[in-house]
Amino acid sequence: MQIYSGKSVFGGIAIGKISVYRKDEQQVKRTRIEDADSELARYNQARKDGIEQLQQLYDKALKEVGEANAAIFEIHQMMLEDDDYNESVENIIRTQMVNAEYAVATTGDNFSHIFSSMDDDYMRERAADVKDISERLLAILNGSSGNQIQAGEKVIIVADDLAPSETVQLDKDLVLSFVTVHGSLNSHTAILARTMSIPALIGTSLPLDDTVDGKLGIVDGMNGKIYVDPDEAFLEEMLEKQRQEQEKKQLLQTLKGRENITLDGQKIMLYANIGNIKDLATVLQNDAGGIGLFRSEFIYLERDDYPSEEEQFQIYKTVAETMASKRVIIRTLDIGADKQCDYFEMEKEENPALGYRAIRICLTRPEVFKTQLRALFRASAYGKIAIMYPMITSVREVCRIQEIVEEVKKELLQQGIEFGEPEQGIMIETPAAVLISDELAKHVDFFSIGTNDLTQYTLAIDRQNTKLDEFYDPHHPAVLKMIAMVVESAHREGIWAGICGELGADLELTQEFLSMGVDELSVSPGSILPIRKVVLETNVEEYKKSRK
Amino acid sequence: MREFKYVITDQEGIHARPAGELVKVAKGFACSIKLEKDGKSGDCKRIFGIMGLAVKKGQEVTLTFDGADEDAAYETVSKFMQENL
Repeated sequence: MQIYSGKSVFGGIAIGKISVYRKDEQQVKRTRIEDADSELARYNQARKDGIEQLQQLYDKALKEVGEANAAIFEIHQMMLEDDDYNESVENIIRTQMVNAEYAVATTGDNFSHIFSSMDDDYMRERAADVKDISERLLAILNGSSGNQIQAGEKVIIVADDLAPSETVQLDKDLVLSFVTVHGSLNSHTAILARTMSIPALIGTSLPLDDTVDGKLGIVDGMNGKIYVDPDEAFLEEMLEKQRQEQEKKQLLQTLKGRENITLDGQKIMLYANIGNIKDLATVLQNDAGGIGLFRSEFIYLERDDYPSEEEQFQIYKTVAETMASKRVIIRTLDIGADKQCDYFEMEKEENPALGYRAIRICLTRPEVFKTQLRALFRASAYGKIAIMYPMITSVREVCRIQEIVEEVKKELLQQGIEFGEPEQGIMIETPAAVLISDELAKHVDFFSIGTNDLTQYTLAIDRQNTKLDEFYDPHHPAVLKMIAMVVESAHREGIWAGICGELGADLELTQEFLSMGVDELSVSPGSILPIRKVVLETNVEEYKKSRK
Repeated sequence: MREFKYVITDQEGIHARPAGELVKVAKGFACSIKLEKDGKSGDCKRIFGIMGLAVKKGQEVTLTFDGADEDAAYETVSKFMQENL
């Protein structure tokens, strides 16, 4: 058995015959020509054919892998229509009086070199696109049909690297996995593997010869390894692992699209927590009913100066539009304590966890707060945004927030800028807020319990300090009692209450939360379907009886 | 001649897809449309010219429109930039 390591692009296990894909690169000879015009006509015909081929590939890709992945072929068409590229080819043909093949190959090399020398991973990767279109033209000029990957059975494709046109020409039903020697996480092979949800490795240093070709292989997308010629016992082990994985996957897939409702008819909203706009895809893939906690901090943390209103507006608008009519709860700036931004120039504190953070910064620096609120209210016109304020300890703070909100709305109205009316709620993450939750409930639209901080403040235990592990009990009755109390206060005033801390994803507590009447759980996207499974199997009334 | 300054907010900058779309939009106008970043300039009707600038998030670009239909081009292209980049 030979083992090779690479970088995993997508998890899962693939077992099957390995097929090594070898490119037959177009051989280009430089020959002198007599008639530049007819050579140019030959080039333009090839270009027309190329654009037509790309249109067919685009149509095929559109059906198989969706618009986002098909777009590359539209871009390839534009590249073939690009004046810079065509002028370069024409110039070489005319001035050097050489054949079109040579002019295309030279232009392709030059242009791909521009991209490969760029200081940007994504743009460097585009050199492959330039090579791909140039190879296409050469194949047409040479009268060859280009190479196709031939396989009569399901195989693991092993290649140096695959061009987008090569991956699309593959019969998807016959590909178990991709393993490439080169390529990056941005390469088309990687993107395609993720879209197809099949295991794939890149940057794998394995030989592309008969020691691998035709042999049995196992690709493990979890640990980024490919095993060639596995022994019997190992094969058995991996087959079993694959079977278990597929079972789990199927089970979760059957849960997609189902309502979150218990056997006795109690409903709960299952939302996703996200920390970046990039996470939106996983939110939708995991069938989240909305976003329960959008941490707006990333907009502030990944930079050296305050983000502008316009910048924030665009981000919030994108999220609201992407989630369509689903609720998107955006938490206002929550920095301080362990999350620091240099440009806020905050003084060093003795005890940052109990210090200048979250809403306390917003209320003492209203100009920063107002910029964010303006962006949020404006974006609310584009979807179902809700705003959530962190670290509340008093009714006075909520009233102060409302005053600022009124000022913001008045200004927007005066300026004639469109805005929506988002729901506004608060995070319950201090024992103080829990104890006055009955009062707070009269002033807001919803509660979301931040169990991480609430637990830390209730038990007076710093969770980062591992020495305290033996004293730390995440299911401490004090915390559970507080959650029950908050839910009760909320319901008495006719508002809803959810949980957005880590505890929300704890499957051992799902039934307990249901019995308390928690209206919403916001968890990491991957936790949604497992929780749905528990909800669907729960009978709340029976659970309550069993606990008595 | 008209000019439009814009700071890119798209996380990925002007990558292949929006560059392609920008070219499509720009080709609908007769006037010259140039995109400039840090003194380097590219023709908005040429995809390699735009991608070659490798414009990233947070960078400011200047678009200049010069020709008979520059006003219409200004409206359409600046709107495209604001909505997509």
